[in-house]
Amino acid sequence: MARAVSTQHKTIATAAAWIVALLIFFPILYTIITSFKSEQEAIQGFNLFPSGTTESYTAVEAQSGYFKFFLNSVFLSVGSTILALLVAIPAAWSMAFSPGKWTKDILMWMLSTKMMPAVAVLFPIYLIFRDTGLLDSRIGLMIMLMLINLPIVVWMLYTYFREIPGEILEAARMDGASLWNEIVYVLTPMAVPGIASTMLLNIILAWNEAFWTIRLTTTEAAPLTAFISSFSSPQGLFWAKLSAASTLAIAPILIMGWFSQKQLVRGLTFGAVK
Amino acid sequence: MATQQTRSLARFMMAPSVVLLFVWMIVPLAFTLWFSFQQYNPLNPIRDGFVGFSNYALFYSNPAFLQSILNTLILVGSVLLITVIGGILLALLIDQPMWGQGIVRILVISPFFVMPPVAALVWKNMIMHPQYGVFADIARFFGGQPIDWFGQYPMLAIIIIVAWQWLPFATLILLTSLQSLDGEQKEAAEMDGAGFVSRFIYLTLPHMSRAITVVLLIQTIFLLSVYAEILVTTNGGPGYASTNLPFLVYQKALLEFKIGQASAGGIIAVILANIVAFFAMRAVGKNLDK
Repeated sequence: MARAVSTQHKTIATAAAWIVALLIFFPILYTIITSFKSEQEAIQGFNLFPSGTTESYTAVEAQSGYFKFFLNSVFLSVGSTILALLVAIPAAWSMAFSPGKWTKDILMWMLSTKMMPAVAVLFPIYLIFRDTGLLDSRIGLMIMLMLINLPIVVWMLYTYFREIPGEILEAARMDGASLWNEIVYVLTPMAVPGIASTMLLNIILAWNEAFWTIRLTTTEAAPLTAFISSFSSPQGLFWAKLSAASTLAIAPILIMGWFSQKQLVRGLTFGAVK
Repeated sequence: MATQQTRSLARFMMAPSVVLLFVWMIVPLAFTLWFSFQQYNPLNPIRDGFVGFSNYALFYSNPAFLQSILNTLILVGSVLLITVIGGILLALLIDQPMWGQGIVRILVISPFFVMPPVAALVWKNMIMHPQYGVFADIARFFGGQPIDWFGQYPMLAIIIIVAWQWLPFATLILLTSLQSLDGEQKEAAEMDGAGFVSRFIYLTLPHMSRAITVVLLIQTIFLLSVYAEILVTTNGGPGYASTNLPFLVYQKALLEFKIGQASAGGIIAVILANIVAFFAMRAVGKNLDK
């Protein structure tokens, strides 16, 4: 039975929650607001109402070729995620449907690779990339991002696949379905939601990865993380332009993130909290 | 038998993931371990050779080393404290009946999706800048003197930024856990006359303990390797005041080209992470047996 909640209680909770939520969201909101100011307005003190100019957006593209970095981010995050899925789907599949003696150990070991600090392998990776000509190449970085997120991808897929009841497969087999038919008509429809969630979360993680993307690129393969980092030593007036570049960099992933809250919990806790 | 065939097929399907991860982890790590016992400078290759533990000794005797370990622990500890306590409070608040709960959730979770360099630069310039930042505006409004956050309190400033990024994560996971609490249990406790505080201590907190453990461990893994936030705000300074272990290793390796010392530092980072990983794996591993 639902509890009767007094309107007073609800009003107080609503007010408190909204105030806290707006405070937490404020830095993002203020960045978006500032991106629609002119540089002069941006430094004239606190002001929530911009003049609405879009000159910063055009200036960012004109001065720094913003769009190239944006495309690199899209290419790297989507590409590395698809690559990871191609490698991980068979692995997660076989672990979920025909687990062996070692399945659990392999899963735990994969998780442990995620815990290795990146700095521990910074120089060897840097050397390998330099000597193979992969430094500042999109392909090299894509492989790197794929490897970083592979454990999470395998784990997420595994927890989704494990929820597909094995009896259905047996029933299909009894009805004479071939392995191919089993995969196409029985498993795929049930696996697609899990694969889609995994894909979404990993695009977000790859988009925001800010160690290897900064250290292994200079100009050609640099995604938005590296581009934004180059703003760290400002020259002249740049507040509005920084805001415009930041807004563009976070907007697509913010919107994707809003749709992936549930998957985020599951993916980042390796299925421990659902 | 079919099982034999299935089993070899399973191995075949697993192989690419396992091999890739194995190569990716073992090869570079072996290199790092090897370098940590070598004198190696790409700019001055004449003096190269085996030097035993002297890289570790050098790294230890570097005053920056102790400071960086300390900074790493302060950063991890403070952010964990802020995000877990703040996360519990926020989760309890958002779990209350209210208008617009969905939008509140979206607003609260948003910082987590902001890439680290953007988060750090927005705080550095829009919020904490001693002249044009919002904090400075507020200070001036009340007739106070604006604070030079990154000059005077660099660690505190970085802690605030990193905590802002991770508070949403803690809140979201604790809220998920909170919402899976059985409503009937809550009602039963209420009918037995349990007040809010005792309900929280004896019912809610034990229920959330698992989620809290997971939040602590997973955040620790990520917090041990905070990098971009330091790079774009203080660059480790002033002096070594805000240099953590990953940042020190990066400086040694790619700025000073002291590869031996950097590798020794990297190995120390691995040991540190492994201590945490040991507990994390146990917590997650329990879930597999269910």
